[in-house]
Amino acid sequence: MGTTKAVTDETFDQEVLQADLPVLVDFWADWCMPCRKVSPLLEEIAGEMPDKLRVVKMNADENPATVRAYRIMSLPTLTIFKGGEPVKQVVGAKAKSELVRIINDAL
Amino acid sequence: MDEIRNVIIIGSGPAGYTAAVYAARANLRPLVIEGVQSGGALMTTTEVENFPGFPDGILGPDLMDNMRKQAERFGAELLTQDATRVELTGDVKTVYVGDTAYRSRAVILATGSAWRPLGVPGEQELLGHGVSSCATCDGFFFRDQDIAVVGGGDSAMEEATFLTKFAASVTIIHRRDEFRASKIMADRALANPKIKVAWNTVVEEILGTDGSVSGVRVRDVRTGERRTLDVAGLFIAIGHDPRSELFRDQVEVDENGYVRVDAPSTRTNLPGVFACGDLVDHEYRQAVTAAGTGCAAALDAERYLAAIAH
Repeated sequence: MGTTKAVTDETFDQEVLQADLPVLVDFWADWCMPCRKVSPLLEEIAGEMPDKLRVVKMNADENPATVRAYRIMSLPTLTIFKGGEPVKQVVGAKAKSELVRIINDAL
Repeated sequence: MDEIRNVIIIGSGPAGYTAAVYAARANLRPLVIEGVQSGGALMTTTEVENFPGFPDGILGPDLMDNMRKQAERFGAELLTQDATRVELTGDVKTVYVGDTAYRSRAVILATGSAWRPLGVPGEQELLGHGVSSCATCDGFFFRDQDIAVVGGGDSAMEEATFLTKFAASVTIIHRRDEFRASKIMADRALANPKIKVAWNTVVEEILGTDGSVSGVRVRDVRTGERRTLDVAGLFIAIGHDPRSELFRDQVEVDENGYVRVDAPSTRTNLPGVFACGDLVDHEYRQAVTAAGTGCAAALDAERYLAAIAH
């Protein structure tokens, strides 16, 4: 779905933990229906604040190590990482305005 | 923002968006207050096989996205926010989204229904920790576990069948000795080797250990016998309650909170206020019947507006 970069268990450290900008990880799966609503909104937001935040997607079915490490239990889960640490986690689909508010509060 | 609009639609499922399409095509320039959880009940459903026009089925979110785009195409204004307060009496109605007031001469109520909780001990505490009402959100949680689904309608059958993709076993707990689900859905569930049924059984308590579900205490309604099901998750699918809290004190509702209309029209007891979809209907509750009454509501609103203009 879309042009958001996908990260995997193998690339997670480099793309997310070592990133120079805060990174929002969009955990999704193809059977997760509410994820379909949220992912396009995150793509829009990424386009609107390219200097403040990077958005990446992680398929939760294909990357069990990261999912286990961050105890992802429900989808969608959006986790914002700053300096290699998870600073905010949001579970469940949200409207764009709410996502923007949550992101701005976390950054 | 001081303008008085023609029509405001509150809700964004098949009823709300269909009303929006028809109202927009009638040049009424409707404002749709979608709600932050926009898209209605089909947003958490996977394949929709029974909405006519889709011989190969369509994913719930895709169908709703199509409806939304269709409403937008004809000029509906969409606001993905929650209505927080309404004033529905009088010639000019007001719908508040926080501090912002929107005014119109007609309002269409299409807020649908929300899943009904069991109301048993342990349920609230363990929601999100093994207790769920959204299989397409929480499938993970149930991976390789023995789980239970409580309910006997189409939703329970669908969720139980969906959850067999993840769970080791699914026990459907139902208080009677037959399902009220459609034959095709019930047969599909009963034929599934991972699904078993606890008939004539009700849930009394949901048990947790270390913050997540460890079992469900149930009772046989015929014998009174109690036992504990060893499950790590409980999915709740016992039905829905209408979302009429915002206006129950203004429009006439029945004893269960469903908005009363002058069927087959969508007119409520308040002039210029119309209601459609699962907010009204507790008999059929299908996407297509909601879409049908959404259309009727838009046409009723159009006729109302034409009549008061004279």
